[in-house]
Amino acid sequence: MTTERTLGGFLRHRGVSRRAFLKFCSAMASMMALPASSVTALAEALEQARRPSVIWLSFQECTGCTEALTRSNAPSIEGLIFDFISLDYHHTLQAASGAAAEAAREEAMHENDGQYLLLVDGSIPSVKAYSTIAGISNLDMLKEGAAGAAAIIAIGTCAAYGGLPKADPNPTGAMSVEEIVKDRPIVNIPGCPPLPLAITGLIAHYLAMGVMPELDRLGRPLAFYGENIHDRCYRRPFYDRGLFAETFDDEGARRGWCLYKLGCKAPETYNACAQIKWNQGTSFPIQSGHGCIGCSEPNFWDKGGIYDSVAMGQFGSGPKIAVAASLGAVAGAGAAVLARGKKHKTETELDSDD
Amino acid sequence: MTLLDFARGPAIHWSLIIMVTGIIWRLLGVLVLTRGADLSRPRDAFGNFKGYRTVFSRAWPSGEFRTTTRYQTAMAYGFHLATLVVVIGIVPHIEFITSLTGASWPGLPNAFGVGAGIMALASLLALVARRVSKPGVYCSNWGDYFSWLVMAAPLVTGLMAFAHLGLRYETMLAIHILSAALLFAWFPFGKLMHAFWFIFSRAQSGVVYAHKGVRI
Repeated sequence: MTTERTLGGFLRHRGVSRRAFLKFCSAMASMMALPASSVTALAEALEQARRPSVIWLSFQECTGCTEALTRSNAPSIEGLIFDFISLDYHHTLQAASGAAAEAAREEAMHENDGQYLLLVDGSIPSVKAYSTIAGISNLDMLKEGAAGAAAIIAIGTCAAYGGLPKADPNPTGAMSVEEIVKDRPIVNIPGCPPLPLAITGLIAHYLAMGVMPELDRLGRPLAFYGENIHDRCYRRPFYDRGLFAETFDDEGARRGWCLYKLGCKAPETYNACAQIKWNQGTSFPIQSGHGCIGCSEPNFWDKGGIYDSVAMGQFGSGPKIAVAASLGAVAGAGAAVLARGKKHKTETELDSDD
Repeated sequence: MTLLDFARGPAIHWSLIIMVTGIIWRLLGVLVLTRGADLSRPRDAFGNFKGYRTVFSRAWPSGEFRTTTRYQTAMAYGFHLATLVVVIGIVPHIEFITSLTGASWPGLPNAFGVGAGIMALASLLALVARRVSKPGVYCSNWGDYFSWLVMAAPLVTGLMAFAHLGLRYETMLAIHILSAALLFAWFPFGKLMHAFWFIFSRAQSGVVYAHKGVRI
């Protein structure tokens, strides 16, 4: 529930120095493309921010998004900001369960009506019976939660675009949050899982500015999803030089060459993985030797094979092209017979004229 | 379905089907209409065989035309060679061909592809400039210009996609693939079919001339 405690007081209490806090604010301002002069204002606004009530609903998901945010190997300010929010309901993290948990959710919704942030991870099955919590279907719980929310953050590709549960043939009729909720501001933080900084960065922006940041056409904050991973990849020079790993254990792979031919989807994927990286900036998938799978893009699971490169056509080539060739042969033969017939007829007519 | 999904899925798929069907249709339809055998005795015992040399000998203008055709010969060679480099030398293109045929070979560094693409586009512009400036020589119809357009479009969109100019990369890539799909679909129905006809037309002329004892 919302309390009067400020973020500044909370961070000081947890031993975060002023220097570290300002460093975080500078990084946030940089990520959000704010001018350097705004760092102080951002720090002051964040420092004075009150604890917002947050309700986190988990539907058809794998808990990976929560894990990414909470399993950092060292406490970060991003993690502490997540600690700072009044997380009034979260299946995985809350101590309460059963009726007590549901009561906490309803109390938080009632007390902070129109003011709480609704965080959602997981897609929502349109067939209600496929996923229920305390006897309430995911669909009904989302609609109920969204009705009193100030804004909704769809965390992870499942909540943002349907994700894996929506992959063909989509047996549960999985839907994204924005396909269901139309009357609330929604921000998508896709990824499988998303970068923790994108989640807390968005929350920090909301705390400091009181509004959601600028979004791209897929509802993602431009600050984190405005850049193409391929453009920011440290292996890009190898792409330009035409040096590619052909297999995962060849000389090119050992020397860190471009993974384009091994199906890297970075050229069509927008995310901040290459700049921010994971585990306190340690690494990201491409750096660890595997191509990007494009997990922050809608329907990434159904876009051909993970190891098919971006340029490959998505079709079963052989048989259909062979059928086309046969059709062409039949049509050509038909045209030829007709033309020959016409030619002979013309010749006969010309001969008779002679 | 995104534009890119559509482009590299149904669009490129159907364009290839149209191209393969159309090429075989037109090849068969025309080749079956061969002239009857010339029953006269050839001037040269090996005349017909020698006639096939024109397939190669006419790849270069005869001496008396060399000066007057120098411009278009140079530009046409520049265009065809540069386009060949672009089509079979760039890694994304090789990947596409691999997905279609299974065949694979090493690619060129991107700088070569960009250079060849610019050369191809520049020579294509030079050729259309001559065509426009000398209407009496070419007697162009709309199909000629349309063929030029569908040939130029993949070069322009490919260079733009590579350089990340204009729209977002995946949108430019989709437009590039769609422009290639248009090229494939139009290929059998316009003068782009010269990629096949040049062999038969040169051979036919060569055989007829050789039969009559014309120096070729």
